[in-house]
Amino acid sequence: MSGQTDTHPLISRKPRSYAWWNAVNAWLLLLPAAVLLVAFTHYPILATIRHSLFVARRNGTEVFVGADNYRAMAADPIFWKALINNFWFALGTIPTSIALALLMALWVNRNMRGRGFLRLAYFTPTVLPMIAVANIWLFFYTPDYGLLDQLRGLFGLSAWNWLGEPSTVMGCLIVMVIWKEAGFFMIFYLAALQQLSPDLEEAAAVEGASRWYTFRRITFPLLMPTTLFVAINAVINSFKLVDHLVIMTKGGPSNASTLLLYYIYEVAFTFQDSAYAATLTVVLLVILSTLALLKFGYLDRRIHYQ
Amino acid sequence: MNGRTHPLEAVAAWLLALLWLAPLAYAFWSALHPAAYATSFSLSAPWTLENFARAWNQAPFGRYYLNTVVLVVLVLIGQLVLSTLAAYAFARFKFRGSSIAFALVLLQLMIMPDVLIVENYRMIGLLGFLDTIPAIALPYLASAFGIFLLRQTFKSIPQELVEAARVEGAGPLQILWRVYVPLARPTYVAFGLVSVSYHWNNFLWPLIVTNSVSSRPLTVGLAVFGAPETGVDWSVITAATVMTMAPLLIAFLLFQRQFVQSFMRAGIR
Repeated sequence: MSGQTDTHPLISRKPRSYAWWNAVNAWLLLLPAAVLLVAFTHYPILATIRHSLFVARRNGTEVFVGADNYRAMAADPIFWKALINNFWFALGTIPTSIALALLMALWVNRNMRGRGFLRLAYFTPTVLPMIAVANIWLFFYTPDYGLLDQLRGLFGLSAWNWLGEPSTVMGCLIVMVIWKEAGFFMIFYLAALQQLSPDLEEAAAVEGASRWYTFRRITFPLLMPTTLFVAINAVINSFKLVDHLVIMTKGGPSNASTLLLYYIYEVAFTFQDSAYAATLTVVLLVILSTLALLKFGYLDRRIHYQ
Repeated sequence: MNGRTHPLEAVAAWLLALLWLAPLAYAFWSALHPAAYATSFSLSAPWTLENFARAWNQAPFGRYYLNTVVLVVLVLIGQLVLSTLAAYAFARFKFRGSSIAFALVLLQLMIMPDVLIVENYRMIGLLGFLDTIPAIALPYLASAFGIFLLRQTFKSIPQELVEAARVEGAGPLQILWRVYVPLARPTYVAFGLVSVSYHWNNFLWPLIVTNSVSSRPLTVGLAVFGAPETGVDWSVITAATVMTMAPLLIAFLLFQRQFVQSFMRAGIR
């Protein structure tokens, strides 16, 4: 690439060939990233949609079936179960971890003794691999021998198969994910709190407002954009969090803990039904795009993308 | 902020911190004690490194470490080079179709490779890369997030510096290398930390595309090792778990501030 860009016409060229040269340079710079993006994002999205409209025959040929895969999906109880589980998983993890994150941020933001240690303690789970976290918590939940049942034993209660019972499995996973995520959300509140003017709180204190009142009427409303931002990111994230299922429950018992992405993984790589996996993926893509449009269009108006 | 903290609140904050550290502390306890003490916490329990030795000998963790390091470095270098070039194109050049191209890049922010596992597996198979380390890395090499972050940083670089370099006769690539890259250093650090932690911890995609010891990263190796069928002791599995997370945990303890700031920048995009 030689030394010419739009603001630097070293050699006097005609403006038109100059713009052309400029574009060539730019596209050459973009090329490596563009090739990989097309190969691993754009083409796969289109291929997913295409494959959801076909089925593979045993001899390897594909037959166009229209909406048949979608009809099969609508009649598939496991698909609905996964979708409903995703809903409960999001509802179980997000409000609680956001509330905890806010509490943590308020504490860490104060001149409290040992706040560095507190921040460290709250944030640490965020940097751990989900698979390691799952291994540790798996032990807590192991029947009889696990930590939780040992505690129950101290009170004379009998063993309980925490992850083996449909009634408790989701709750157990939710508690673990709250532990993993709250510290991550905390740092966004921390950043927002540091932007708030201390005058507001002082003014409120002078007026004799209680701490709770100040928080409820001043701090919390001012943090609303952060709360919305964290919430939508958390919802998007909740659709991608499935690593723990692979070693903790495999979606069981009787699909009580399966999530959409995990079901896609199972259909594609255990049942080897890639057409149906593509159909399920389309649903996930629609959900994620909707959430992203909500995020980019509505919430991030303050941030400039151009 | 201001004002004194109620003692009860301080107690609550500390209790929550201890509760938050407890699972990790437990993992270390179990890894460093004989299996008999896995659930009985006694001050007289003997300390041992036996669990680590057994984990290390029962599975090729040395190889898994190597694979993860190779993977993380490969992804990081690829992402840095590709994002830098692409971000430079978007930040510096005016060309037809640039806003459409940029929108197509941003698409990857909403639909990450993590959810396109079915078609990406097919693609990797077509390319003949299945069960290799590049297969794990390829879908992540072009990072919309990296391009976006760097483009923002590049746009904020003062034009005078660019002009000065140009007067000295520097071409576009020299300007990129001598002006833009050095000034974007904080962005590179933030992006690098997030990328390394993400790919050190990544699990589902590597699980899908790898199938042998020679390509498996630590996370997948740990899952294979800890599978209930293997009948390995809990204490040994916890030791393996600690080994898997230790490098990142140590890096985090050493560079706590950079980690927190990087994750913050990464989240607010």
